[in-house]
Amino acid sequence: MPSTFITEEIELIQSDKGPGGGGFSGDGGNGGDGDSSGASRVPQRAYITGMFIALAGILMFFMAFVSAYIVRKDMPNSAWIPLQVPRILWLNTLILIASSFTLARAYSRFSAKDDEGFRHWWATTTFLGILFVAGQILAWRQLAAQGIFLASNPSSSFFYVFTGAHGVHLLGGILALLYVQFRATRKVQRGTAIEVISMYWHFMDGLWVFLFLLLYLGR
Amino acid sequence: MSSHAHAGGSTVHAPMAEPSGFIRKYIFSVDHKVIGIQYFLLALTAVVIGIVLSLLMRFHLVWPNATLPFVSGGQMSQEQYLALVTMHGTIMVFFVLTTAPQGGFGNYFLPIQIGAPDMAFPRLNMLSFWVTFLAFVCIVAAFVVPGGAPISGWTGYTPLSGLGEITGPGEGWGQTMWIASISLFCLASLLGALNFIATTIDLRAPGMSLLRMPLTVWGWFVTAILGLLAFGVLLAGGILLLLDRSAGTSFFIPAGLVVNDQLQAHSGGSPLLWQHLFWFFGHPEVYIAILPGMGVASHVLSTFARKPVYGYRAMAYAICAIGFLGFMVWGHHMFVSGMSPYSGFAFSVLTMSIGVPSAIKTFNWLGTLWGGQIQFKSPMLFALGFVSLFVSGGLSGLFLAQPAVDNMLHATYYVVAHFHLVMGVAAIFGIFAATYFWFPKMFGRMMNEPLGKIHFWFTFVGAYCIFMPMHFIGIAGGIRRYADASAVGFLAHLQPVHEFMTIAAFITGAAQLIFLFNFFYSLKFGPKASKNPWNATTLEWDTDSPPPIDNFGGHYPSVYRGPYEFSVPGAVDDFIPQWVEPSQVARVK
Repeated sequence: MPSTFITEEIELIQSDKGPGGGGFSGDGGNGGDGDSSGASRVPQRAYITGMFIALAGILMFFMAFVSAYIVRKDMPNSAWIPLQVPRILWLNTLILIASSFTLARAYSRFSAKDDEGFRHWWATTTFLGILFVAGQILAWRQLAAQGIFLASNPSSSFFYVFTGAHGVHLLGGILALLYVQFRATRKVQRGTAIEVISMYWHFMDGLWVFLFLLLYLGR
Repeated sequence: MSSHAHAGGSTVHAPMAEPSGFIRKYIFSVDHKVIGIQYFLLALTAVVIGIVLSLLMRFHLVWPNATLPFVSGGQMSQEQYLALVTMHGTIMVFFVLTTAPQGGFGNYFLPIQIGAPDMAFPRLNMLSFWVTFLAFVCIVAAFVVPGGAPISGWTGYTPLSGLGEITGPGEGWGQTMWIASISLFCLASLLGALNFIATTIDLRAPGMSLLRMPLTVWGWFVTAILGLLAFGVLLAGGILLLLDRSAGTSFFIPAGLVVNDQLQAHSGGSPLLWQHLFWFFGHPEVYIAILPGMGVASHVLSTFARKPVYGYRAMAYAICAIGFLGFMVWGHHMFVSGMSPYSGFAFSVLTMSIGVPSAIKTFNWLGTLWGGQIQFKSPMLFALGFVSLFVSGGLSGLFLAQPAVDNMLHATYYVVAHFHLVMGVAAIFGIFAATYFWFPKMFGRMMNEPLGKIHFWFTFVGAYCIFMPMHFIGIAGGIRRYADASAVGFLAHLQPVHEFMTIAAFITGAAQLIFLFNFFYSLKFGPKASKNPWNATTLEWDTDSPPPIDNFGGHYPSVYRGPYEFSVPGAVDDFIPQWVEPSQVARVK
């Protein structure tokens, strides 16, 4: 279970906390206010809870698009021309699924306290994520080269909306991955950050597979 | 008794230092209390604008030909009237009814009432306020952009809202600003909801089990869940609408639409799709506005009747039930849209079933009052007013929930009267009750009681004088959104009723100046408030008025009992606060 090592990390920090510590320092320290006073008053599980909640909200956001897609497609006189999804999407999907595996690998390396292995697999995940986004942009360019734009047909409108909205969310994930790679140094935060980002990344992966199947099978 | 010792008692920590410097302390503060007050002041600004807009509408309905100094051309055009309708609705629903109870009081008191030093994510909290502020700037800016404010109503129905300037002044720039504002508001509310839920789940003090939370916290918590699941859907709808307007897509615009003799280049979209997306958000939004008020009413009724809330568990479960059912009834806003009678029937039955938890709540409010030693202080009066208005406004909902009746009444003032009583005025009474109740805690001074009572009676009687006759106008066929009903033959005889309502509206509006005066005067000159001026039982009364930066001055409270222990048999005091250990309760020998 992911939570096991989180607890360990917290204990680690608390054991070398000086006397009189424990002031409230907000999410990741309110500027300089509470940084010196030891562990944050906010339990690390709040970040996990927060990510679950955020994912529920994001799911509703995408489900609104999905329900609109289903309704719009089957409208009488919908003027719907099924969209041939660009072939490169298959490759992109494989890349994104692979990134989930490399991320899981990074995660287990981190649990095993193998920092070098962790950094290696974490960087691989980031690279695959960037590759995926590049592939999506390539798919857009291929469609555009065929003269298929956002407003060409409702099917293409939805294609651009789905890939665009998912791409923006994935870019956020890539920024978070880069942040952990280069910036997050405090151990207790790092452990939580890694867990929270993993949740987000796997979710975005699963969401993309769903959207891809919808675009491919439900066209 | 000693078994409670391990609960931690009051864990003492070094008190947290306040940020120095005006900007970090008051502007870009991460303190949930400052952010709560910021939300409250934003809502106060918005409500003043909203009331002025409604008074202009009421004025125009009675004196449509009057010359107004600030209107271009002297007389108000029908489009300008519709712009007032749109802006009044939007500003009131989003920036008052959503912002004040949840963003304002929820932000300020949820962490304190559960014994937390702040929200789970303080910087996210600050971000959500400032995005809300930006949304407010956008909506106000809609007045001054070329073409003026949008005219498509707070529901932004397509195709009117989807085609741009051709459908009317304000549908160009104004509507775009509207969509931008609403989208930003959605984003801010999602961040806020995330914070509220995580805080309630993970930051409760030792001993604060879910069923020991004050009903206010239940209200905010369930409201946040509704916001989390509803605002994302409106955000998605807003994005699609924006694409229809500016990128030439056809999500909501049907083919062959001719506007002002021009064929529109769209194909096959569905205006109903927008309505579904909008109302899937819009109905939960109604409960987002009213659930915090329900929590406040329960809280205040119990405190000033000196009795425990009757059926606390039932009250908490009823809030959850209302929230849950609130997601399944959006179709009742669309009975007249040509919906299948079978769907209409399902939506109708589900809608009426909300009457069950609502009746549980009302019954329990009355049960709380029954046999209590009622103290008619200002907050209590407004809480009683809340119950009254909620019942009066809710009952007409049972009529509107029937498709056959709704078909007749949907486009009339009956609906306007219904939702103003149950969602608008009732929620505002909840906000007033909260303001009078928590003002001493928030600002360290008491508000003036006689002024509060005068304010209550003017507002209470005034609200009924405005909205009760409105039902009759609706039944008589008075069509909502008509800028000038006096020009319509079969409605002309209703003008005297409109005149009565307009006069009532101006008096009620003026009475709000009493509140504003009381608020700002007491801020400076009110008598100092003690820690617990109402002899209340929840954690916010365990700390100074106003509370220190970390809420409890370096100690974290523990909780030993439920939130409403008033008139406990055998106890010396008539109330036992949540933070008092069992061994310290003074008992009658």
